[in-house]
Amino acid sequence: MTMVEERVPAAAAPNVASTLNAREVSAWFGSHKVLDRVSLLMRPNEVTALIGPSGCGKSTFLRALNRMHELVPGASLAGTISLDEVDIYRDAVSVTEIRRRIGMVFQKPNPFPAMTVSENVIAGLKLCGLKIDRSTKDDLVAQCLRRAGLWNEVKNRLNDNGGALSGGQQQRLCIARSLAVRPDVLLMDEPCSALDPTSTRRIEETIAELREEITIVIVTHNMQQAQRVSQRCAFFLAGENAPGHIVETGPTEAMFTNPQDQRTLDYVRGRFG
Amino acid sequence: MQYIHVASVPFLDVVESSEQPIAFRTTRGRGDRVYRGFGYGAGWLTLAIMGLIGGFLFYQSLDAFRYEGFTFFTETRWITSVSGGRFGIAAVLLGTVVIAVVALVLAVPTAIGTALFITEYAPKRIRAILTSLVDLLAAVPSLIYGIWGAAVLEGQVVYVSRFLADHFGWFPPFHTTSLAGSKVPTTLTDFTASAFLAGIVVALMILPICTAVMREVFAQAPPGEKEGALALGGTRWGVIRDVVLPFGKGGIIGGAMLGLGRALGETVAVALIISRTTDVHNLLQILKTGGNSIAALIARSWTESQGIASSALMAAGLVLFTVTLIVNAGASFVVSRSRSGAATEI
Repeated sequence: MTMVEERVPAAAAPNVASTLNAREVSAWFGSHKVLDRVSLLMRPNEVTALIGPSGCGKSTFLRALNRMHELVPGASLAGTISLDEVDIYRDAVSVTEIRRRIGMVFQKPNPFPAMTVSENVIAGLKLCGLKIDRSTKDDLVAQCLRRAGLWNEVKNRLNDNGGALSGGQQQRLCIARSLAVRPDVLLMDEPCSALDPTSTRRIEETIAELREEITIVIVTHNMQQAQRVSQRCAFFLAGENAPGHIVETGPTEAMFTNPQDQRTLDYVRGRFG
Repeated sequence: MQYIHVASVPFLDVVESSEQPIAFRTTRGRGDRVYRGFGYGAGWLTLAIMGLIGGFLFYQSLDAFRYEGFTFFTETRWITSVSGGRFGIAAVLLGTVVIAVVALVLAVPTAIGTALFITEYAPKRIRAILTSLVDLLAAVPSLIYGIWGAAVLEGQVVYVSRFLADHFGWFPPFHTTSLAGSKVPTTLTDFTASAFLAGIVVALMILPICTAVMREVFAQAPPGEKEGALALGGTRWGVIRDVVLPFGKGGIIGGAMLGLGRALGETVAVALIISRTTDVHNLLQILKTGGNSIAALIARSWTESQGIASSALMAAGLVLFTVTLIVNAGASFVVSRSRSGAATEI
């Protein structure tokens, strides 16, 4: 097993995206161990792609990163995950605050269907109990929709129902909704797997733009996508009866052209998985 | 054999001339046919029984309608006498609605809270216990609720009633005048056998059905949307407010209306509790002694009624039958049209 583990100085300058650092993270569902001592540094201003075959623990790892893992009854976790210098599981920070700072976009677009497009965008503020006045609200809605690359398509439909948009638009609406609460990190769990190629391209463009401000971690089954959007890759693998672990991490370029581990090469070349 | 000269006949014409929709034929096996016949039969039988009951009530009440005319719906008095009497449904129907509304106002918020607690807050182990406890409330016979309400609850509720009348009398339904006259201050006996008391008991009786419908609907709230709300930093209450309640709106309305249907028709408990009156002013003072209900009227008067009086009771029954039918149909309409209700049966 090759581990490419590098240390970077903690981001100190303002307006710099956060660092998310997972150390020796193991996860269980009941007595079934699904992740084995995974360590991964997710750097600011980089998109980290988690790749690997189905059932290797990528999504579990991703959900551990913003404390969604514990929502499953019987789930447990070991190890340390820190956002900048905050231990998200041990320090005195509320779970809702952690989830606000580490946003998540899901595989299946899940806008709130009873809300309008603009209500969807600011839903997170309401959920966090943050008050917002009318003029700031309109600005924020427009700003978030622009950043999510959706503004031009919906600027005249802000009062339509969120559920009335197409699948790709719904997914970008979910991204806009996540951005409205000003997260430091955005986790994306196969965000394009339910979308057509055009919508996928729009979302990939959005990811490229967001990288300037936000740390992004994306799970994807699409190797081309991993190559297009990410700067760094982590290859997960689970054995027959062994829990998932990281085989190799490194810069995306190197992972796809000259990986250290034969299994990584086989996987990125499409020989299994 | 016919030949088509391709050169002379454009290809499209050939296609069009042969374009005939296929008649879909399904060959059904014997078991399938028997089952279908049984299903259809049972379905139609239910409708036929409903129709027969309605028809029977209508036929039996014709005498009363002829005797009383349209005033049957506007007259407030219900007097049986040897010479004929007066039969009007207005006050009785008003009393029925008053009790049902009191019951709904108490039962619906309680049911929403109970259903939310069971689906969203309660640990898994407690969930099953709570669910069956609430359902168990429905298994208590109506008569028991009635005697309990009259013998036990009344003695406690009169204090609540007097408190409400003394401190919230500015709220019209709580305004209460003494039975002895409006100048005389109220005493505890002015609050016995009231619509309020009957409403409390009926609320307990409809709570299980309301809770069951709402619980079922809340449990179906889409997990994807709930996770989305949590991932935005939502609290449990935020998830309920922004995902579960909007999703369950149809179930809340449907459950409430289903409860209303039951509350309108509730008989024995109400008959045991209220002291019947047809004074409209009294009926509108919910805390004050005296109420009315169609079902209680029929239950109490049926055995000593004959001739025109019994036909009038049939007419009252017809009104109750029609109102509950409309309320129940409305409930299933609302539920089936809502997002959450599409998969729920009530």
